[in-house]
Amino acid sequence: MIPADLTVILPEIVLALSAMAALLGAVYTGKDKLASALVWLIAGLMLVLAIWIGTGSDGSRSAFNGMFIDDGFARFAKVAILLSAAAVLVMGQDYMSRRGMLRFEYPILVALSAVGMMVMVSAGNLMSLYMGLELQSLALYVVASLRRDSVKSTEAGLKYFVLGALSSGLLLYGASLVYGFAGTTDFAGIYAVAQHGEVSVGLLFGLVFLISGMAFKVSAVPFHMWTPDVYEGAPTPVTAFFASAPKVAAMGLFARVMHDAFGHAVEDWSQVVALLSLLSMFVGAVAAIGQRDIKRLMAYSSIAHMGYALMGLAAGTAYGVQALLVYLAIYVSMNIGTFAFILMLEKDGKPITDIRALNLYARREPGKALAMLILLFSLAGVPPMLGFFGKLYVLNAAYDAGLAWLAIAGVIASVIGAFYYLRIVYYMYFGEEGEELDSNRSPILWGFLMASAAVMLLGIINMFGVEGAAAAASVALVN
Amino acid sequence: METILLFTPLVGALVCGFGHKILGEKVATVFATALLFLTAALSWIVFLTFDPSAHENGYYTVEILRWIQSGSLDTSWQFRVDRLTAIMLIVITSVSSLVHLYSFGYMDHDPQWKDGESYKPRFFAYLSFFTFAMLMLVTADNLVQMFFGWEGVGVASYLLIGFYYRKPSAGAAAMKAFIVNRVGDFGFALGIFALFFLTGSINFDDIFAATPMLAETQLGFLWTEWNAANLIAFLLFVGAMGKSAQLILHTWLPDAMEGPTPVSALIHAATMVTAGVFLVCRMSPLMEVAPEATAFITVLGATTAFFAATVGLVQTDIKRVIAYSTCSQLGYMFVAAGVGMYSAAMFHLFTHAFFKAMLFLGAGSVIHAMHHEQDMMNYGGLRKKIPYTFWAMMIGTLAITGVGIPLTHIGFAGFLSKDAIIESAYAGGSMYGFWMLVIAAAMTSFYSWRLIFLTFYGKPRGDKHTHDHAHESPMVMLVPLGVLALGAVFSGMVWYNSFFGHTDTVGKFYGIPYAEASAETHGDDHGAAKDDHGEAAKGEHHYAFAGEPGQGALYIAPDNTLLDDAHAVNKWVKVSPFIAMVLGLSLAIWFYIVNPSLPGRLAQTHQPLYQFLKNKWYFDELYNYVFVKPALALGRFFWKRGDGSTIDGALNGLAMGIIPFFTRLAGRAQSGYIFTYAFWMVLGIAALVTWMSIGGGAH
Repeated sequence: MIPADLTVILPEIVLALSAMAALLGAVYTGKDKLASALVWLIAGLMLVLAIWIGTGSDGSRSAFNGMFIDDGFARFAKVAILLSAAAVLVMGQDYMSRRGMLRFEYPILVALSAVGMMVMVSAGNLMSLYMGLELQSLALYVVASLRRDSVKSTEAGLKYFVLGALSSGLLLYGASLVYGFAGTTDFAGIYAVAQHGEVSVGLLFGLVFLISGMAFKVSAVPFHMWTPDVYEGAPTPVTAFFASAPKVAAMGLFARVMHDAFGHAVEDWSQVVALLSLLSMFVGAVAAIGQRDIKRLMAYSSIAHMGYALMGLAAGTAYGVQALLVYLAIYVSMNIGTFAFILMLEKDGKPITDIRALNLYARREPGKALAMLILLFSLAGVPPMLGFFGKLYVLNAAYDAGLAWLAIAGVIASVIGAFYYLRIVYYMYFGEEGEELDSNRSPILWGFLMASAAVMLLGIINMFGVEGAAAAASVALVN
Repeated sequence: METILLFTPLVGALVCGFGHKILGEKVATVFATALLFLTAALSWIVFLTFDPSAHENGYYTVEILRWIQSGSLDTSWQFRVDRLTAIMLIVITSVSSLVHLYSFGYMDHDPQWKDGESYKPRFFAYLSFFTFAMLMLVTADNLVQMFFGWEGVGVASYLLIGFYYRKPSAGAAAMKAFIVNRVGDFGFALGIFALFFLTGSINFDDIFAATPMLAETQLGFLWTEWNAANLIAFLLFVGAMGKSAQLILHTWLPDAMEGPTPVSALIHAATMVTAGVFLVCRMSPLMEVAPEATAFITVLGATTAFFAATVGLVQTDIKRVIAYSTCSQLGYMFVAAGVGMYSAAMFHLFTHAFFKAMLFLGAGSVIHAMHHEQDMMNYGGLRKKIPYTFWAMMIGTLAITGVGIPLTHIGFAGFLSKDAIIESAYAGGSMYGFWMLVIAAAMTSFYSWRLIFLTFYGKPRGDKHTHDHAHESPMVMLVPLGVLALGAVFSGMVWYNSFFGHTDTVGKFYGIPYAEASAETHGDDHGAAKDDHGEAAKGEHHYAFAGEPGQGALYIAPDNTLLDDAHAVNKWVKVSPFIAMVLGLSLAIWFYIVNPSLPGRLAQTHQPLYQFLKNKWYFDELYNYVFVKPALALGRFFWKRGDGSTIDGALNGLAMGIIPFFTRLAGRAQSGYIFTYAFWMVLGIAALVTWMSIGGGAH
């Protein structure tokens, strides 16, 4: 029994053990001198794991009496998590080491949070759900305040921690309500309870609390308030990390709980998720207009994008989950390119985050400006770019599920949101004469930026096969 | 070969238009011209070797690609080569290649452009593009393909009329041409829709085969039921009216003279404006079963011929005179087509292309010599200065006025083709058409000779300096004139029998099946007399057209015996156009050679009539008052009130008032204090729980 269970969870164990070994090793040897090497090592390990998971076994397996599920959906999410985490690690390495921020704990904490995320998307029980969630969150609290000498960074970490604790409390309360009314913490058990007769009010209350806890993790409105502050305060590479892998994990978890445990109460949670989606899209779009700081702007951008992703979930269908996964994959690849660009912005060695500093950027750096333009158009959802097709997917899913009003609202919100993306383009191409930024020649960042922009253009051909994988994953989850 | 023929002008246009920076201006323009001459040579080969009897139904097709498959609409991009196409091919490519050549001289050192500005490649590219579009139009095998060519020539015409885009008047003229044509195209498009609606196809074969059915069908349109054939024929003719500048939709053509003169020769005289005539002839199976529509065509054509001729009498701009003359001659063609003598319409189209292009190019040569002075009142006595141009214009005038030996088939091109039309009109029973055309013939003669006398005879008028420096045009301009002169002199005599001979020669030419009329035949000498088309054969053989719709390039219904009737009309009918011509000529001599002060006095004494004609029957003013002003007012209303205030106002209000308000609100909520954030979370969860318990959850 045990060896069979361990095979199922082997990738997580490998990553966790490697992180722990690295921690021990680094503490007793070179400490921060080893940090760069650790970044590369762990990123490499994540890449290997992603390939392993991606090409590994088919079908669904579960371990530890259903606590841990390894199915197509989990594998899709894990590959996305690992790849984006590895990319963000590599991207931030140069930025952090030049500023003396690159401590050896950073890659290890990222690895541990990745383990947590992997457990989250594989959770088959409220227990394992909470375990994964907290492992991820605790690691994230620490990396948010990585710059201990910076007031903003520590403030970000603290805010995130306190509010995260509150949300964990809500989630736990919800979990206990569910346990109380369903008599089990097992997803399959809850599913079976909901199947017989109608869903009790207590179970629904528990559901709402669970949703609130998870909405906090995906930063859906009105549980989003921490996002701009944390994004702004945390060091930029950490912000990039926040905006990618954890979102995939939280969304994956969200979809997992909704469909695996509450698959018989779709009408009940679908309206709640639709409301969260609607609010997120509009608040994300409207509030971002006032932002001048590109990191805060990206925070609101991610809120809005999560709104669209939730639209796929709100559809409550397999097609909706497929749309959600495709959307997340596109969102993460856009975000990585955008943050690569943001990481390159500096003046006299100091990072710059004010978008007005981008005045006439296109004249000095036409290549990068063009790549950023493509990414921004894609984020805004302008047709030939991949971002448009992501939006189209979720709108389609929502429309098919009878949520036409939500789809229309999504279109309107995307029109509003286009403004602040295009304003950056405006600054880059038609702004006023301003002070020049340093020209950052980091080949890694440049490579990520260009690759991401290229993906946005070339992806429209066949989306690099993501569609098929997402379809398979969604079928594994919703049946 | 057909494919090469049709696409070389496009290649020329693209290479010249886009490649001239690489190739250089000279190479690019020469390249485009050389390709056009190649096209022309191939066209003549097609025309001369085309044998309708070698093909089933007298035509063959060349498929290029499958084009539109949508529902029951199934269309290929396909060329249809029959006699009608072949005639148009040589007309288009001959005139176009000569105009290309001519433009080397005419467009050199154009005063509209500053030194060093590159305009010639653009001009040649447009010309070649026009030629391509026109070829697409005439080779079309279905109505949509034809519509493509139809609009293509419209675009080319627009671009070339507005070629001098710095002149506001040229821009306005280009817009006018485009907009007026849109009115016609609306009718054309409706006609196509109606055909597709009723026959389920837009391919000519299917439409022609369905014409007997259309003649029996009633179609509800607007307020009442119509006979389908008549309605569709009328709608298609509305398109033809626009393109061929017939009355009501003619106003754009005189203004189109704002374009460079070679353009006027090519597009607004020889080719594009005849597209309407071509359309009516192409749709002959439909026209044959649409008596009311063709009667309308006849009346409108005759009226246009008369109207344009009257206006031509008093114009002083040399190009406008010829423009009205074109308008008038197009009216002739429509009369022929309207009474059912399509072949005569094509005949006149064919000869008209040569002598009208020549007149325009000759006028261009005069204008070139006179440093772009276009007012004939400032010409005079130019015969000695520009002798070659003078002789070219003379030949053109002899051709258009219809000089020839009455009652024989010897004469200039216009003599034969115009007489054919007038005889057909008489034989067709349209007395209105007949008399209008005869009167118009007299006026044609008058204004054409007036042009010659004012330009080349008398004393020099106007700026003395200009007259002193008047010079003969270069060879590149004179050679095209010479070639066209050949056409103006001989094209009528050479092809008379083919276009307007006897049933058998015409039938053979177009590939229309014909049979010996059974009643009074001399069956035994059938083979011997077959090659003898002379007058002697008349009366001995009686052939009648016996084709089904779609067989042959034209369809002549069995009861349409117009060809024989036209030959059998009274002698006085045949002589009448000649008399009209002589009358016009004598009047012109009297007015402008013998007694030059007379026209001025006449204009003084008959001021209202003079002004009426001078102002083109006040059509422009009327349209301006009835259509343009209200349209502008309506447009301004929608622009200012509708678009500006309502739509922009609402959007701007939303974007600048409401959204920023919410943005500020969101900013205020984001206080930075943890307790605010926690408060919002609690508020959120409270709201969700409340909603869940009140709403859908508590079912």
